[in-house]
Amino acid sequence: MSALLHTPDGDALEIGSMLPEPYVVESRKEETADTFTITLRPAKQGKARPFAPGQFNMLYAFGTGESAISISGSPDEHHLLVHTIRRVGTVTSALDRLAVGDSVGLRGPFGRAWPMEAARGRDLVFVAGGIGLAPLRPAILHALANRSDYGHIAILVGTRSPEDVIFYDEQQSWRNEPDVEVKLTVDRADQQWPHNVGVVTTLIPRVHFDAPNTVAMVCGPEIMMRFTAIELAKTGLPDESLFVTLERNMKCAVGFCGHCQFGPEFICRDGPVFPFDRIRHWFSQREI
Amino acid sequence: MPTSLEPLLREHPFFREKDEHILQLVTSCAENIRFSAGEFIARQGEPADEFFLIREGRIALEMPAPQGGAILLQTADEGDVVGFSWLVKPYQWHYDLRAMTDLRAFSIDGRCLRQKCEDDPRFGFLMMKRFSKLMAEQLEVLRLQLLNLYPGPAKPPGE
Repeated sequence: MSALLHTPDGDALEIGSMLPEPYVVESRKEETADTFTITLRPAKQGKARPFAPGQFNMLYAFGTGESAISISGSPDEHHLLVHTIRRVGTVTSALDRLAVGDSVGLRGPFGRAWPMEAARGRDLVFVAGGIGLAPLRPAILHALANRSDYGHIAILVGTRSPEDVIFYDEQQSWRNEPDVEVKLTVDRADQQWPHNVGVVTTLIPRVHFDAPNTVAMVCGPEIMMRFTAIELAKTGLPDESLFVTLERNMKCAVGFCGHCQFGPEFICRDGPVFPFDRIRHWFSQREI
Repeated sequence: MPTSLEPLLREHPFFREKDEHILQLVTSCAENIRFSAGEFIARQGEPADEFFLIREGRIALEMPAPQGGAILLQTADEGDVVGFSWLVKPYQWHYDLRAMTDLRAFSIDGRCLRQKCEDDPRFGFLMMKRFSKLMAEQLEVLRLQLLNLYPGPAKPPGE
């Protein structure tokens, strides 16, 4: 039996949640000039820890540090954990230098997940901005793998330029799934670009869904999510059917250290996925 | 007066508010058009004597790029309204319109419609309201595009 740690709120945590487990890089793939995907397997024999779509892990680059990284793989793949990472700081650069066979420490999974169970029987709208498609991908893959559990699926993706699009080939394959719409837009492109040009919010009126019976899941920069919420509300989507995921400076990942505080919430523990109406007020506060 | 386009026009989102007066007058200035992928529909500087209601396909709004070629400013798809220069002097296109795919659309004759606006101020006001909304939406979209909605963080959370 593992030892328990009690939070100020009375929640019990396994001590093990603070102890990185060794994982090994199984494969890696370049997504864009600054974004890569690594697939990890446990260093010891056995399955990777199960996770729910929307959760994140703390990846520890030995000798450098730890960073919160969303899981971007399928929750139905039990042997491996997939993370898609943008290289922008010390830890992510260290993770980028890992080769196949190298070790990495992993704590997790942490956080609240996308409401896949509550969304059963309803239409789904996924709206992703930039690398925001990575935390949405497990939910998309789960919905596609359990297609009869959900209604119409609309996947809307926006990035700055064609060079910033991640999972491009996979997006094309999603288009071939029954009753699935995929729309891709960029802010600027040349004449060779065959998809849309314009911000991702412009795609919302172009897809079909039964707004009162839809769950929308949105991930991207907060400004993009704010305008997406406004546009989704125009369709008649109820506030309580909109979910967003947030990022902040996460250190402990279990709600102790307070680094990721967002108003009255701790993103690592109370999120990263939130019902939008729960955090709406804090979204418009500049100082938060 | 040919009215055969009316049932088709009625299905377009532009007529979602089901204003029969607008529908009848616009129908009298409407024409069904097709373009093949790659064809130019309008060119920058040319008289803007029409606007388009897209039925099927995609249009690129483009401008010549300083380094050659063209920059895609926006795209418009099925259900979209393209063009408001027909309503604003000097009635000239400010960008190129190119069919990105095979295209089916209604072309609405701007000169015909301008005359009807002059003759029927109520209709003119309704059209102004409709196109002011369109212009405001376009302005909002372009502002968002300028905001750069997908910037990468200077550093990831926690680093």
